[in-house]
Amino acid sequence: MKINIISVLTIGTGLLLAACNSGQQNNAGIDNRELSGAIQVDGSSTVYPMTEAVAEEFRTVQPKVNVTIGSSGSGAGFKKFARGETDISNASRAIKEKEVNACRENSIEYLELRIALDGIAIVVNKENAWLKTITTEELKQLWEPNSRVRKWSDLRAEWPEEEIQLFGPSTAHGTYDFFTEEIIGESGASRSDYNAVSDYNVAVQGIAGNENAMGYFGLAYYTENKDKLKLISVDNGNGAVFPSLKTVGDGTYTPLARPLYIYINKKSAKRKEVMEFVKFYINNAAKLSKDAGYIPLSETEYGNALTQLNAISIK
Amino acid sequence: MNNAAKNKLKDNLLKYFGILCTLSGLIALAIFIIDILMDGLQRLDWEFITSLPSRFPEKAGILTAWTGTVWVFCLTALIAIPIGVAAGVYLEEYNKKGALANLLEINIANLAGVPSIIYGILGLEIFVRILNLGGSLLAGSFTLALLILPIIIVATREAIRTVPKTIKEASFALGATKWQTISRQVLPASASGIITGVILALSRAVGETAPLIVIGALAYVPFVAKTPMDEFTILPIQIFNWVSRPQHGFIINAAAAIIVLLGFVFIMNGVAVYIRNKAQRKGQ
Repeated sequence: MKINIISVLTIGTGLLLAACNSGQQNNAGIDNRELSGAIQVDGSSTVYPMTEAVAEEFRTVQPKVNVTIGSSGSGAGFKKFARGETDISNASRAIKEKEVNACRENSIEYLELRIALDGIAIVVNKENAWLKTITTEELKQLWEPNSRVRKWSDLRAEWPEEEIQLFGPSTAHGTYDFFTEEIIGESGASRSDYNAVSDYNVAVQGIAGNENAMGYFGLAYYTENKDKLKLISVDNGNGAVFPSLKTVGDGTYTPLARPLYIYINKKSAKRKEVMEFVKFYINNAAKLSKDAGYIPLSETEYGNALTQLNAISIK
Repeated sequence: MNNAAKNKLKDNLLKYFGILCTLSGLIALAIFIIDILMDGLQRLDWEFITSLPSRFPEKAGILTAWTGTVWVFCLTALIAIPIGVAAGVYLEEYNKKGALANLLEINIANLAGVPSIIYGILGLEIFVRILNLGGSLLAGSFTLALLILPIIIVATREAIRTVPKTIKEASFALGATKWQTISRQVLPASASGIITGVILALSRAVGETAPLIVIGALAYVPFVAKTPMDEFTILPIQIFNWVSRPQHGFIINAAAAIIVLLGFVFIMNGVAVYIRNKAQRKGQ
């Protein structure tokens, strides 16, 4: 029984390989420098869709390079990266002091590249008529640890006396770290009596189903659920701004816009397939970040990234 | 009301309560399955099963995920069944009753209750790092085998205990050695119980996500594993990944992948029932 399953699997694999091989021949004419090898990527689940998009496109150019991607989270990703277990680490925040030291201990040198921007959207229920814009000060009052705000009227007297239902990411998320850092001023400091979700679609459902609900998550989750949610503009003292391709891109949507990163092991970058992949990443980041729901950086910033990469490959 | 009528009433109440309990479980399962079928069936086709992962929900497939699950299932079975059954036989037939035996027993019972992610952490240190297997199929299968060993051991022991003492005594009386008695009488007579336990344990292993994420199973693998040392992904991880994506199309994909996983578990259980019935007939 078991032997049969394995043999079927082996034959299936063989057929598949044959299929792949015939595909490669078509491509061979286009690219005469066909590379092979394996590239290991792990880290942030926020950056995952972006790197997945790049890997998928890279396959059409270099089908023999096997790029594998994990999504164990920024922190877990850095742990592996610092041990030299991965070539590239996805991160939705910059590397922390502790992680820098871990890399140094194992003499891992790395290059940090920003690849796109992500906005954090503040959203409420469609039926919510009173809330159009919120100040960062009000967000702080609402989300700070041991916050006394229970009802809308606790924030502004003219708002209804109804209890607010809060939704936000669980503590394991980079989004949580970032939001608390920017709004409260201390990473990880947040009230704990909110609906903490590990899957943002749960928050989308929750907010769509409750008139008094409010929450925050990555802009892509709003963009895909526009018909169910209402987006709130954020006022940081310089006027109310809605998060969008433009405002996140030009930096006017502050403080709730963040860069997304990839970290490249410099030793791995000496391998041709890794260098090609990262260059491909940067060259296509502008186009592919939109597919993944993120906002591209400026042309100059991508140009700088390429210059940094070239500097390594010359050494 | 006399006593007899009262008792009859109690009897009936209990019966209807029992029916209610049974139905509540079944109805929940039915709602779940119908919901999944409504979402996922439209997406389920040959292309979905034979395609590589993609960022476009309508192009994405589960080829690497389901082949990974089949690999993990087979390897875990190959590792866990011999060890688990042998340990069960030893504990039941060879181990002298005493303080040590009690300690072992309590520990194995406790192991069955340890959260699966703890096994993942253990597997990461031992198999991935110390034995240097990396985030491979083999490391994942060893980890899952550890996870289900207690269940298999307990099931084996329970099954062996149901074998009538008279059968063993008759075998010994005819001059059979201990090993002959175990291999020719005890194991065949308890096979159906052991196989049921093994299949239940393996079905659990196939649905596990957390320990494999910890040991480094990946989300995007664009090739089918060829050897046990290859990196891998499995259906539950693919489902988990899709469910948490913002695009609605991925939710549909997740539902379709759940149907495939459910089908896999149903088939495995079907095979188990078949083997069990066959073994039972042989036993008689």
